[in-house]
Amino acid sequence: MNSPYSDKVIQYFQNPKNVGDIEDPDGVAKEGSPACGDMVQLHLKVDEKTQLIEDIKFRSYGCASNIATGSIITEMAKGSSIDEAKEISWQQAADELGGLPAVKNHCSVLAVDALKEAIRDYEEKNGLIKEQLPTTIEVVKERLKHVMNPIHGLDVLHTNLISNIEIDNNIILIDVDLDEDHQFAPVVKEDILEKLEHRWDIKKVKVSFQK
Amino acid sequence: MNKEMVYLDNSAVTRLDKNVLKAMQPYFFDTYAVATSEFAYTMGIEAKEALNKARMKIAESLGAKKEELIFTSGTTESNNLALKGIMYNQKEKGHLIVSEIENFSVLNTAQRLEKEGYDVSYIGVDGEGKIKFEELKAEIREDTVLVSIQHANQEIGTVQNIKKIAKLLKDKNILFHTDATHTFRRIPIDVSEVPVDLITISAHTIHGPRGIGALFKKDSVKIQKIMNGGFQENNLRAGVENIPAAVGFAKAVELITEEENKKLKNMRDKLIERIEAEIDDVTLNGSRKDRIPQNANITFHYVEGESITLHLDMRGFAVSTGSACFSKSLEASHVILGIGGDHVRAHGSIRFTFSRYNNDQDVEKVVTAIKEVVENLREISPLGKKGSEKNEFSLQ
Repeated sequence: MNSPYSDKVIQYFQNPKNVGDIEDPDGVAKEGSPACGDMVQLHLKVDEKTQLIEDIKFRSYGCASNIATGSIITEMAKGSSIDEAKEISWQQAADELGGLPAVKNHCSVLAVDALKEAIRDYEEKNGLIKEQLPTTIEVVKERLKHVMNPIHGLDVLHTNLISNIEIDNNIILIDVDLDEDHQFAPVVKEDILEKLEHRWDIKKVKVSFQK
Repeated sequence: MNKEMVYLDNSAVTRLDKNVLKAMQPYFFDTYAVATSEFAYTMGIEAKEALNKARMKIAESLGAKKEELIFTSGTTESNNLALKGIMYNQKEKGHLIVSEIENFSVLNTAQRLEKEGYDVSYIGVDGEGKIKFEELKAEIREDTVLVSIQHANQEIGTVQNIKKIAKLLKDKNILFHTDATHTFRRIPIDVSEVPVDLITISAHTIHGPRGIGALFKKDSVKIQKIMNGGFQENNLRAGVENIPAAVGFAKAVELITEEENKKLKNMRDKLIERIEAEIDDVTLNGSRKDRIPQNANITFHYVEGESITLHLDMRGFAVSTGSACFSKSLEASHVILGIGGDHVRAHGSIRFTFSRYNNDQDVEKVVTAIKEVVENLREISPLGKKGSEKNEFSLQ
C-alpha cells in the first residue's frame, strides 16, 4: 500500500519515544495551538556544568508527522549540548524520518521550533542571553516565521498573509490580510501576540484584520 | 486491502450490492443500446423500456410521477442542476437561500451564483445542526426564488424538519429544493404529502452504482438545462443515458427495507451508548433524536482526528474525521464550526457511518479499538487530564 508516511514515521507514530513531562524542567516550550490542529510541548533538563541536554520529553496533540517529529527530535537532542541542539533543522529531522509529506511541513516544523524555543527559554531563565537586541522590523519578521497560516500550513510571512508591519513608540502594528470574521482570524492573532508580546522593549502589539 | 477491514465510511460511498450488479449486467452485454424512439430497432426500444421502468420505480419511492425524475451523474450534478437550473430560468437575477452546513456541491454552486451577480443568503444552524427557522423566515424577500436546505447533514446526520420548511415556502410561493442524498430510502419523503419542488438523490449511498443520481422536479416547476447537447431526459440533461446504472439504481432502491434501517439504527445507538459510557470527555455531534439511522459523529477531546483515523486504519477500520489535517483543504469541518463547535471539537471529531454490510460485532470491535486508540493518544497529548495543561481547553 502506498502510504504518504515513511515506515519510520509510522514506527514513531505507533511507539513514540520520550513522551511526557519533566518535573521542574529547566526549559519549556509550546508551539502551535489546538485550534490549528497541531501542538507540541517540550520539557528540557540541562546539566548546568556541561550544558548538555540531560533529559528531554515531549507531548503532542496532532497528526502522525507531528508525533513522529516530536519523537525523533527528542532523540536527536538528548545528550547533545544546547548549542548543538539549537542547530538541529527541520530538514535533518525529516531526513532522519525518511522524509515527510510536503503538505505536512507545518505539523512537523513545530517540534523543531519547540526545541529552539525551549533552549531559548532555558537561556533566558539562566541569564545566558547577553545582549538584548532592540525589536526591529527584521526581528518581528523573524518571529512571524513561527506563526502558521492555517490555510496553507506554511508561515504567515511566506504566504503573504502579513500586509504591513510598523513599529512606533514601542508598539508593534501588524496588518493581516484576512477578513476579521474568517474562521482562522482569532488563532492567527493569538499566535502573533504570543510570539511578540513578551519582548523586552515592546509595550503593546496591535493586530488588525480586514473589515 | 485487508479483507477483514471494517468499513464505517458509508456516507462517503457504500459497497455495491451483488444483486445490483446482477441487475445491471444485461444492460452492458445484451441490451446495451441507447434509449431510442419506439420507431427504431428492438434493442433500443428495450433499453428505453428498462430506463423508464427504473425511472418509475425510483419516482414511486418518492411518491412522484416518472416524468418528474431526471437522471444525473449523482449528487453534485443534481444540486448544480437544481440551483443553477432554477436561478438561470428567472427573468431577473433573483435571491437564493441555502443553509451554511450544506454539502459543498450546494455551497460552492451558491458561491458561484454569487459571483455571477445573484444574491445568496446563508442560514445558520443551532447546536444540533437544525436550521434557525426564524432566521430563514427573516431572510425571505420579495425576490427570493429558491431555498435549498438539505434533508440531513452529511457529517453529523442531523435531519431537518422539511415538512415545516416546505409549508412555509409553499405559502410564500417560493421554490424549495432539498438534498436528500443521506436520507433517501432511510427516512421517507412523500412528495404527495410534503410540498417539496426539487429533491436530490443518489445511488452511491444505498449500495447502488456510483455515477448515477437523480433530481426530482415537480412537473409544474420549470428549470433551464445547464449542459448543452442532445435532447435526453426530457431535454433537461444532455448525454447518453447511463441505462445500466439507472437499472442498478432502481434495484438498490428496491433492496432497502424497513428492517435494514432498524438494524442500522440499532448499531448506531449501541455505538453511541457504549462510547459515551466507556470513554470520558466525548461529545456527540448532531441531534440525539433527529438523526439518520446510519450516522454517529463523536468528538474525542484532547486528541486529533487524523491520528485516530490512522491508528484505526492500522487496526482495520475505515472512518472519517472533520479534522483539518485529514482534509485536502487543511480546513476544519464547516459543519462542526457551523453548529458552534470550535476548531478543537472539529479536529477531534470522528464520523462512523454504517451500512447493510456491518453487524453488531463490528460495533463491538470498533468500540474496543477506539477506546485503546484514544487512551494511547491522550497519554501523549499535552491537553486534558493526562497532559500537563489540565483542562485548559474547556469542553462544550
